[in-house]
Amino acid sequence: MALLTYLEAIRQGLWEEMERDPSVLVIGEDIGAYGGAFKVTAGMQEKFGEDRVIDTPISESAIVGAAIGAALMGMRPVVEMQFMDFIASGFDEIVNMAAKMHYRWGPPVPIVIRGPSGAGVHGGPYHSQSNEMWFVHTPGLKVVAPATAYDAKGLIKAAIRDDNPVIYYEHKFLYRRIKEEVPEQEYSVPIGKAVVRRQGTDIAVITYGAMVWTALDAARELEKEGLSLEVVDLRSLLPYDEETVLASARKCSKVILLHEDTRTGGMGGELAALIAEKAFDHLDGPIVRVTAPDTPVPFSPPLEEYFLPNAQKVAEAARKLAAY
Amino acid sequence: MRGSRRNALPNSGTLERMLYYLKLTRESEWRIENVLYRQGKIVGGVYVGRGQEAIGVGAALTMRAGDVTFPCHRDFSIFLIRGFSLADIFANWLARADSPNRGRDNTLHIGSMKLGIIPIISPLGATLPVACGVGMVLKQRGQGNVAMVHFGEGTTSLGNVHEAMNFAAVLKLPVIFICNNNQYAYSTPVEKQFAVKSLAVRGPAYGMPGESVDGTDVLAVYDAVDRASARARAGKGPSFLECVTLRMAGHSAHDAAEYVPEKLKQAWAKKDPILRLQKLLLARKTLARQEIEEIDRRVREEIDLAIANAEARPLPRGEEALEGVYCGPDCWWRKPPSVVRGPSAVAADNRPRTRER
Repeated sequence: MALLTYLEAIRQGLWEEMERDPSVLVIGEDIGAYGGAFKVTAGMQEKFGEDRVIDTPISESAIVGAAIGAALMGMRPVVEMQFMDFIASGFDEIVNMAAKMHYRWGPPVPIVIRGPSGAGVHGGPYHSQSNEMWFVHTPGLKVVAPATAYDAKGLIKAAIRDDNPVIYYEHKFLYRRIKEEVPEQEYSVPIGKAVVRRQGTDIAVITYGAMVWTALDAARELEKEGLSLEVVDLRSLLPYDEETVLASARKCSKVILLHEDTRTGGMGGELAALIAEKAFDHLDGPIVRVTAPDTPVPFSPPLEEYFLPNAQKVAEAARKLAAY
Repeated sequence: MRGSRRNALPNSGTLERMLYYLKLTRESEWRIENVLYRQGKIVGGVYVGRGQEAIGVGAALTMRAGDVTFPCHRDFSIFLIRGFSLADIFANWLARADSPNRGRDNTLHIGSMKLGIIPIISPLGATLPVACGVGMVLKQRGQGNVAMVHFGEGTTSLGNVHEAMNFAAVLKLPVIFICNNNQYAYSTPVEKQFAVKSLAVRGPAYGMPGESVDGTDVLAVYDAVDRASARARAGKGPSFLECVTLRMAGHSAHDAAEYVPEKLKQAWAKKDPILRLQKLLLARKTLARQEIEEIDRRVREEIDLAIANAEARPLPRGEEALEGVYCGPDCWWRKPPSVVRGPSAVAADNRPRTRER
């Protein structure tokens, strides 16, 4: 076991895949000699060379497109988005080219697009977004969002080995804030499988990304009040793990859907519909969403703090739901 | 714009192939637009390349094993020259289950990595970045192969074209950017599309050669693409080539193109790529009139057979829509397609499977 930060776990996963498979390459802006804006690819160009750690002009569309082209030629490119906010500049290549290619004419498109998302670091509207639902609504893509260092490493490996385009959402707030023991032996985390982070009986909080930690904080707080929260970490958003979500909803009979993404059209709405369709008879209360409001991510600390869900907001919602 | 060549004329075998593919393309597209579509057998959009056949033929005939091409939606000939069967192409237009796309995508959105053909998507311009990625790998392999990407003059206004040309130049990739300037993007004429006289200036603007040729002269296109490829094969990076012609059809089959001035149409009709080459070959005695008539007969016969073959193939079953969204170990594309059983299915069942992916 080695003690790794979330960021180091991503790097280690990438590194090991680069060593294992010569078809894996990384491509993006400032990732080579500089090692990336957050240093995820630090040291890689020195180790693997300029043909496999490719610095590019600022051109998200060209970068994603080039990754698709390389994938068609048998490579397994991993694209770094400097910030996930910038992925919008490569949108057409992702949703129209990569996502639909296998369905249209059959080739595998094994690309990974990874990068930092999420707020909490005063990044303002363009360095803070949680825009994962743009892609969750696109058949043909897979979308993952690890919350722990263990999953960060396991999911980057699974994403690289997958024959489909995978959008891999890192949470920049977690990069250096969490540190945990990660096994040194080979493992990967399957795409499409959620995990119950905390067993509980009263309310199931279903969430992903940095909000997993928020939910766990709230659960610890509410335990003192005799309220038992179960915390489900989705890990994969597309495809998502219906079974685990439904099992927790049935078990607890009350559900909070928590995400840092904005409310309308968020993952919460999708899961609420699923639970209403398939676990309606088990429910003892309304399905509740705790999310960011429908605004851009604001910059000023009081505004950003108001915008973000936190343990307090989850606890308040849980108390109210428990009393229903 | 240049109409003259710098290299020697290709050998007579190549010249004959040029004429054959020009004619096969013209006649196939004629059947698609004016027979199968009007009969209601082809549904959806119909885009043809009448007047610009020389661009696809000229470019594709320069290609070598291992080269990769990205044809546009009016580049019917490239699919034939690079190895798709005519019957498979018609079957794709006819939305059949046993066709290259199995009914998932229409027209010429056909691809095969085995043949080195990567199809467009309808938001045009998106293939140029992909060509850069292919070029990246070809360059690393070091076997002197090139990627050729075709697009219209309207597409050059898009952002990903800029990104791709800059990217290819910076990384010195073996990519040939081939712009089919047919003067109209749907109904928008060139003067409303860009403010330069010739798109050839786009090349030097990115740090690569730019050249403009007469897109109705198959020999000029062949020569220019061949020179650009030689440069790319030698590791000297990308080139931009503008091939000027006029779209001698509507944007699609429903469009009468009344916005194109009659005088312009008449002027370009005189430059018809097939008549031009035919005249040259007769004058040079490469082919006799009788031999040309024989090509015409062969073309009609091959098309008749291909259409009959394609029409006999069954349609896909509705629920097949759910399959093949993701690629996995149990890949749907490796299994035979599930088809609607009907009167036409019997003939199709005994037909040898020619499609390879």
